Amino acid sequence: MGVIRSRFFAIVAAGLIGFAILFFMTRSNPAGGLRWLQAMAVILIWLVCWATNAKLANLKLSSQNAQKARKFLVALFFGLTVLLLWEITVRVFGISKVLLPAPSAIASTFAASTDILWVDFVQTVLKGALSGYVLGCGSAFLIAVIIDRFPFLQRGLLPVGNFVAALPIIGMAPILVMWFGFDWQSKAAVVVVMVFFPMLVNTVQGLQDTDAMQRDLMRTYAAGYWKTLLKLRLPAAMPFIFNGLKIATTLALIGAIVAEFFGSPIRGMGFRISTSVGQLAMDLVWAEIVVAAIVGSAFYGGVALLEKTMTFWHPSQRRRT
Amino acid sequence: MRNLLPVLTVVAAIIALWYGAAIMLNSTWAQDKATRAGTTLSMTELITDTWSQKKPKLPVPHQVAAEIWQTTVEKKITSKRSLIYHAGITFSSTMLGFVMGTALGIALAIGIVFNRTMDMSVMPWVIASQTIPILAIAPMIIVVLNAVGISGLLPKAMISMYLSFFPVVVGMVKGLRSPSHMQLDQMRTWHASASQTFWRLRLPSSMPYLFTSLKVAMAASLVGAIVGELPTGAVAGLGARLLAGSYYGQTIQIWSALVMAAALAAGLVSIIGLVQRLTLKRMGMA
Repeated sequence: MGVIRSRFFAIVAAGLIGFAILFFMTRSNPAGGLRWLQAMAVILIWLVCWATNAKLANLKLSSQNAQKARKFLVALFFGLTVLLLWEITVRVFGISKVLLPAPSAIASTFAASTDILWVDFVQTVLKGALSGYVLGCGSAFLIAVIIDRFPFLQRGLLPVGNFVAALPIIGMAPILVMWFGFDWQSKAAVVVVMVFFPMLVNTVQGLQDTDAMQRDLMRTYAAGYWKTLLKLRLPAAMPFIFNGLKIATTLALIGAIVAEFFGSPIRGMGFRISTSVGQLAMDLVWAEIVVAAIVGSAFYGGVALLEKTMTFWHPSQRRRT
Repeated sequence: MRNLLPVLTVVAAIIALWYGAAIMLNSTWAQDKATRAGTTLSMTELITDTWSQKKPKLPVPHQVAAEIWQTTVEKKITSKRSLIYHAGITFSSTMLGFVMGTALGIALAIGIVFNRTMDMSVMPWVIASQTIPILAIAPMIIVVLNAVGISGLLPKAMISMYLSFFPVVVGMVKGLRSPSHMQLDQMRTWHASASQTFWRLRLPSSMPYLFTSLKVAMAASLVGAIVGELPTGAVAGLGARLLAGSYYGQTIQIWSALVMAAALAAGLVSIIGLVQRLTLKRMGMA
């Protein structure tokens, strides 16, 4: 116990020393001066944070809930460490706002321009990405079911689909913007094209994921094609379908944002990013990126949650014991 | 080979659809021209017109093929109008980003497999980083790095790197952890050190995973390079060709750049596939 406690105090003391060096140096000589000492202090703070986190990660915990909470805390602490070091580095070394704004500056811009961000969010995410996502995934799903009925189509379309899924589809954006105009319709079209093939390939693969024994069992029950599809093959395909849906979430946002680089009305996240970069208003760009990050994570998390509730019976979702 | 006939049928159907769609999309402009000239078009005249416009809404395959022939074979490689010149620029930043991303991905994966703290703190953020539509910040990265005085290949390669490191990390973590308990125990009975276990067991058994993720990483890297070329003011590269084509309504140019990008992607991915087959064969795994 004594060893652990003294080590703990050493860590805390080292952290305090690091902060003290930074504090006094920036007060006495804001312009800099002993750069290497400041750099050493930043590195010291980083090491202290890392040591604390390592301690937490290697702690012996008995209860399962504590382990779960620890897992979350370690990741959170790492994120906070990165933010802290970012803020300190920007402040101590006086990095220009154009290069890399501090997290606090980004947060204040975010709070000050929520109305702009909201307009962009509606234009890009709700109108462009979401409608394209629903259309693209829905049509890919239906076509996959049709393809599945005809082995000839399956053998022909799958290699082509796999090939197309590896192509830089995003290049279609300028063409689709030309066809569908500058507003959100063209962005939705880009999203449809981007999510279509990954979704198609995954669904077709999933529909094939039943073995002969299971299909035979359905036949002994005198189940027809539709019944087998509904009761056996679609449920068995669910993990694959959700995999496709999850991949498509990120693609949808990327498609909607990048398509705006090729022309858009005067709102939208991609539009704001490209024009703000031109005006060197980097804090606004970063605020848009924060929005994109939140939306992207929430979108992905939402689909993952849906997967968990809908495929709770599948081995991949069972709690590991 | 038994897939050859179905695939060819599908490809033929796509090309037929393409020609049909070109007639539909381009006919408005053809009719407009005809009414202004005071003539009416017969069916064959209409079709030949829609298939040979200079700035069609949808150029037909033979127009694109002719444009590609002109800009690859008939132009010198050093010429700014040569598609090979532009593809070469995109190719070089794709490769640089791919190599950097692969190196970073493998390094992170080794750290994650061997260090518990890293596993718990870095891995969730690696996954979270991919739900962020990173391509959105491509223009910012380019401008910012330009402001520091870094320009040319490196900024584009950084975007490619960010896109391509993720599949490598995920694949390699899976691969390095793929040896079974039995195999790891066997290494322990031989009193193998951690590095010996790594070089002789973990690394070899991760190879199939590595190659699979390399293919994904290569495709992602190319997308990154193309998007990275968009905000540089349309200087050079396939992305710049796309942008310039969309500014001036040169649809044939856009399509030819697209086809070139597709060919590049297919070529690079199939090269990795070839290396994969040779390597795994020599290792006795395929």
